[in-house]
Amino acid sequence: MQHESAIRDPLILGHRTYHDITEDIARPIEGRANKYWYLVFTIAVCAFTWGIGCLCYTLGTGIGAWGANKTVGWAWDITNFVWWIGIGHAGTLISAVLLLFRQKWRMAINRSAEAMTIFAVMCAAIFVTMHTGRPWLDYWLFPHANQFGSLWVNFNSPLLWDVFAVSTYFSISCVFWYTGLIPDFATIRDRAVKPMSKKIYKFLSFGWSGRAKDWTRFEEVSLVLAGLSTPLVFSVHSIVSMDFATSIVPGWHTTIFPPYFVAGAIFSGFAMVETLLLICRKVLSMEQYITVKHMEYMNIVIILTGSMVGVAYLSELFISWYSGVEYEAYAFLNRATGPYWWSYAGMMTCNVISPQLYWFKKIRTSLTATFILSIVVNIGMWFERFVIIVTSLHRDYIPSSWTMYHPTWIEIGIFTGTIGMFFTFFLLFARVFPVIALNELKTILKLSGESYKKEAAAHAAHH
Amino acid sequence: MSEKAIIYGLYKDEEKLKEGAQLLRSARIRVKEVFSPFPIHGIDPIIGIDRTWISICSFIYGITGMSLALLMTWYMMVSDWPTDIGGKPSFHFYTALPAFIPVTFESTVFCAGHGMAITFFLRSWILPGVSPKNPDPRTTDDMFCMEIESRMEDQARIVDMLRSSGAVEVNVK
Repeated sequence: MQHESAIRDPLILGHRTYHDITEDIARPIEGRANKYWYLVFTIAVCAFTWGIGCLCYTLGTGIGAWGANKTVGWAWDITNFVWWIGIGHAGTLISAVLLLFRQKWRMAINRSAEAMTIFAVMCAAIFVTMHTGRPWLDYWLFPHANQFGSLWVNFNSPLLWDVFAVSTYFSISCVFWYTGLIPDFATIRDRAVKPMSKKIYKFLSFGWSGRAKDWTRFEEVSLVLAGLSTPLVFSVHSIVSMDFATSIVPGWHTTIFPPYFVAGAIFSGFAMVETLLLICRKVLSMEQYITVKHMEYMNIVIILTGSMVGVAYLSELFISWYSGVEYEAYAFLNRATGPYWWSYAGMMTCNVISPQLYWFKKIRTSLTATFILSIVVNIGMWFERFVIIVTSLHRDYIPSSWTMYHPTWIEIGIFTGTIGMFFTFFLLFARVFPVIALNELKTILKLSGESYKKEAAAHAAHH
Repeated sequence: MSEKAIIYGLYKDEEKLKEGAQLLRSARIRVKEVFSPFPIHGIDPIIGIDRTWISICSFIYGITGMSLALLMTWYMMVSDWPTDIGGKPSFHFYTALPAFIPVTFESTVFCAGHGMAITFFLRSWILPGVSPKNPDPRTTDDMFCMEIESRMEDQARIVDMLRSSGAVEVNVK
């Protein structure tokens, strides 16, 4: 049997048995939701409905209903697209990269992080499909037999790479997520008392029986999928950054973009995972499984990626001056001191300064501080995309076409709607699906469970 | 031909089950199947399960996906409709290739991932509508079950061995 160092903090608190884990994680599915769940769910559904209304309005009138104009052709839509895609990345990162590095703390959080990925990519997809203006023709983005001659889509454009990258990413994430869910659905199936729920979970669990050979294959599939998803996640956000970096717009045309965007994506994604998990652990009473230590680990990732983002901002700023290109220099001067200075200031404060607070152990182990800072980080990351997109565009080469961008209530409505959709789906997920990979968690119980660790330590001291 | 008995040994602890399987193995009794709520590491060689080939399948699917994407590059850019994009003609395969690298990568991953998952589902026969085969519902919760098929005359001996290795429950069918 494997052993874990006694000084490593336990990942499962108190004394739990295998059966307790099943009980604790199945409880939210089998029991009734409390009033907080209904309250938050109602708010989320209202926001979601409002968003659908705004989407329908946009569909009927066209994207003239948005504040984007001739100079600022991309604005709120692409800002939100990149923001949501970035948030999605932490899910894959937690389940794939941490699996490859054999980080056991991922087990309590990977399921909800993967769910978050899928819902965030759905939200992102709304913005990209809508921003084309005629979303019913979006199938033109795929290479298919057509009547326009045999002209194919333009494979030299990163916008097209994005179509391939995001759709591959979404479908692979779904497969990864669902494969992991199958044994847990089987657990719920075998416990189910009501015939209806038994039927549903029997269907969802695909007849999983937990045979030794199935488990061998299951582990191999998880490992290989992790190995495939890791470069995939890097490719997706690199390609998203190339949507900007391969253009010749000052402020966008930079080689630093791919790593800088990937770091930013992990940064914002981890923050969103923290926001969700902190709510989850309270509402679903998962304190024994989602511990302060888990939050501390994530905060450490946030310091690292936040610092990477900070270095990227500063080197970008320095290079714009050092390059000697006046357009480039102006783009950055305009970001920092122009009419949108507040968004630049917001980005710098939220993304560069605030994560540095986590160097203090008191702050990084405080759940309240983590909750607040996780939201601050996501506000900052939204500003980052806004700064990159809007402030680089709004003052272009010809001063006569300089303009400002103001979002309309419809755009704000769609954004609010996606947040509503995200939370609606997540709350439903938390009631119907096991929010923690319960069977995987059992594999670390005897290794990292608090009572087992104490027992092992006492045993060692005795000898 | 003599009658066969099916014996289920249920354990509370995966390590105990492993010891039990080891014991049966040394008595040259084959363990037919093990059902567990989570993977028991190290059980495979004891009960004679070979390593899985699924990652090699995945590699082959990936190569297929890559080849398809490269074929697509050649077909679209060289054979079907050579295009001069922004003054950068890419009428040859090697000039068209760089712009296709991201898509080729995505196609490789797409085929490798999905192909592997589909192979897994088909080989293990886990599909919507399939009925579960675990003999006891507790084997997806906290019980570890060993299934042994034996001749009638060995039955008592096997039951004893299971009990002595720490099985909390032994059922004979």
